[in-house]
Amino acid sequence: MDFLNALVVFLNFVFIPAAAYGAQLALGALGVTLVYGILRFSNFAHGDTMAFGTAVVILVTWGLQAMGISLGPLPTALLALPFGIAATAMLVLLTDKAVYKFYRVKKAAPIILVMASVGVMFVMNGLTRLLIGVSEYRFDDGERFIINVRDFREWSGLPEGLALRSTQALTLVVAVIVVIALFYFLNRTKSGKAMRAYSDNEDLALLSGIDPERVVRMTWIIAASLATIAGTLYGLDKSFKAFNYFQILMPIFAAAIVGGLGNPLGAIAGGFLVAFSEVAVTYPWVKIVGYIAPWYEPSGLMQLLGTEYKFAVSFVILIVVLLFRPTGLFRGKSA
Amino acid sequence: MSNTRQSAGYSAWRAPVLFAILAVLFVLEGTVNNTMFSGSWNTSLAILNMGLLSAITALGVNMQWGYAGLFNVGVVGFLAMGALAPVLVSLPPVEGAWQAGGPRLLAALAVGVGVLAIAKLVWTRTRSGIAIAVILLAGFFAYRFLFDPAVIAIENNNPARHGNIGGLGLPVLLSWAVGGLFAAAAAWAIGKVALGLRSDYLAIATLGIGEIIVAVMKNEDWLARGVKNITSIPRPVAYEVDLQNNAEFVAVAKDWGFQAAEASGIWVKLSYMSLFLVVLLVLILLAELALKSPWGRMMRAIRDNETAAEAMGKDVTRRHLQVFILGSAVIGIAGAMMVTLDGLLTPTSYNPLRYTFLIWVMVIVGGSGNNWGAVLGAVTIWFLWIKVEVWGPALIGMLTAPMPDGDLKMHLLDSAPHMRFIAMGLVLLLVLRFAPRGLLPEK
Repeated sequence: MDFLNALVVFLNFVFIPAAAYGAQLALGALGVTLVYGILRFSNFAHGDTMAFGTAVVILVTWGLQAMGISLGPLPTALLALPFGIAATAMLVLLTDKAVYKFYRVKKAAPIILVMASVGVMFVMNGLTRLLIGVSEYRFDDGERFIINVRDFREWSGLPEGLALRSTQALTLVVAVIVVIALFYFLNRTKSGKAMRAYSDNEDLALLSGIDPERVVRMTWIIAASLATIAGTLYGLDKSFKAFNYFQILMPIFAAAIVGGLGNPLGAIAGGFLVAFSEVAVTYPWVKIVGYIAPWYEPSGLMQLLGTEYKFAVSFVILIVVLLFRPTGLFRGKSA
Repeated sequence: MSNTRQSAGYSAWRAPVLFAILAVLFVLEGTVNNTMFSGSWNTSLAILNMGLLSAITALGVNMQWGYAGLFNVGVVGFLAMGALAPVLVSLPPVEGAWQAGGPRLLAALAVGVGVLAIAKLVWTRTRSGIAIAVILLAGFFAYRFLFDPAVIAIENNNPARHGNIGGLGLPVLLSWAVGGLFAAAAAWAIGKVALGLRSDYLAIATLGIGEIIVAVMKNEDWLARGVKNITSIPRPVAYEVDLQNNAEFVAVAKDWGFQAAEASGIWVKLSYMSLFLVVLLVLILLAELALKSPWGRMMRAIRDNETAAEAMGKDVTRRHLQVFILGSAVIGIAGAMMVTLDGLLTPTSYNPLRYTFLIWVMVIVGGSGNNWGAVLGAVTIWFLWIKVEVWGPALIGMLTAPMPDGDLKMHLLDSAPHMRFIAMGLVLLLVLRFAPRGLLPEK
């Protein structure tokens, strides 16, 4: 029995990666859920909005690096983030004006809006490819590790190492700040309250003199900011590849639906639930079991599913929720 | 949705004229050789064949969207499901694969399905979440216990050449129908869960199942060799080499003024074309008959006003499930035919942008709800999709010609292929907004 080593392995390979991934999914799902709450459709373009925002951030990062500006131990991308958010917000507001507004005014069926978002997804996908191409980029710079494996081993004297990458810590810190700011905005400011009122009951909100177009604009700006932040954090943590942002759409939708579409708190819980299940199901547990129960010698890797099926995990979670509780764990908008 | 589907008459000549224009394009592609067209009948017919298969796929999507308003974002998955059929049905059996692990594999799959069925039964009887969890967990381990050794045994059987379970050696034409059944089974499972809930849920669920089916095809080597690809799927038509060695064929080709090599390519493509046309026309005939029957009127009534239809005693969810399965079956048939046309299965080529969203552009452009519209849209968009690959760079080259050489010009020239996505997205958005009823509106 060697709990300490098991714990270190668990933290290193399961807890920390899943927490960082969960924070990224949560931010993505928050964007989807807000758009759903206010505009009442599932935005398929959200993944590509994330990709576009990240692409802009990367380009600005390169520019800053070329000028010799850096943030010291922190990645330069943080400095580029406001530019990315501004560009993405502009693009998203433009698409709203050019595409979604028409259907909103006409009160078209939600599925038409979903379909329009697919068209927007295509265009944004193309724009991202135009901007930056299809290759894979790493754009993290600054200090790579907060705790690195060798230091940890020397400090603790354990054979197992623990690494905490600065991008992972950064992801969590940024996510916490963003979520606090968002909830402060939604619960304490007049505009935030207007948004929630509009989401709860459109007609009543109109009667109370809330300007719907302003609410919609704010929603898009917040969604674009969340998408850019989530995309940049995801890209810093792993790497940037445009197609990955299309694939991450599935876990993000799963997270948003698990938490109840339209429910911001649920989106955060959903993000972490999906991320932890994904990592837990695809992680080979053999090493941890080896430390906890050395007398038991498993034949395989003790991996429930291969990593290539990690998207199946979010899908199964989605199916289970749809079967047993279609409104989500936190009771979002009705089914 | 009533505001996008208002019925207004259009000229009876519209469809024939549009089809005639399309035919002229193909003839130009076959005969004129300039910067716009290749002047090769082989190219022209190759585009047409794939266009016909896209048309069948679009027909399936049109049943789901046009008849019932269901948004299926997993077309690529159903195509892939159908694509498995030729591999499992018509490839010759792999020596030793069945002995290595066939029965055990079947037992594993049976256990998997059995466990799900038992779980369902227990749930309806007891509504006990704990019981379900226990059954599913035990079932999962039982399944893996049976499944893993069987897979290892099969994949170790001559891995360089096979390593898969192999087929039954039956005629490849039969596999087209089987492909439809495979896709229908997947559609039943997904429809059962996601239909009857809010309309976006089906879209999201199909997006997921599409990705998962493709992931299974890429990673389960025992099934179709995964990314190692399956080659030499049997053909329902003659082989070019045999034709070129056939003195009679060569003589006839010469009379017509063709080289043997070119003529054999054209002959093979024409044979495929006739097969595809037969399938397409039969499917259209059935679809049109269905649409004009009381069933079709009921489907449209449900689509246009679910609440009213439900009040009339129609079981909306059940009808949706029915039409979702039918449409997916048609997509599956197309998937099997695509693999047959290519003669090989390459799981990595199943890209959702190409196989899901392009099909959607075809349906929307063609005219949702109109079967002929779906066909027209499919062949037109496919023709453009292929030709834009040639025209796009040429156009950008022309536009950038006066520009000074430099990074920007290079970047623009390099990014020409990405323009296709922007163009397709714009076409979808523009048609959806300004001509939501498409080229050939629903009557």
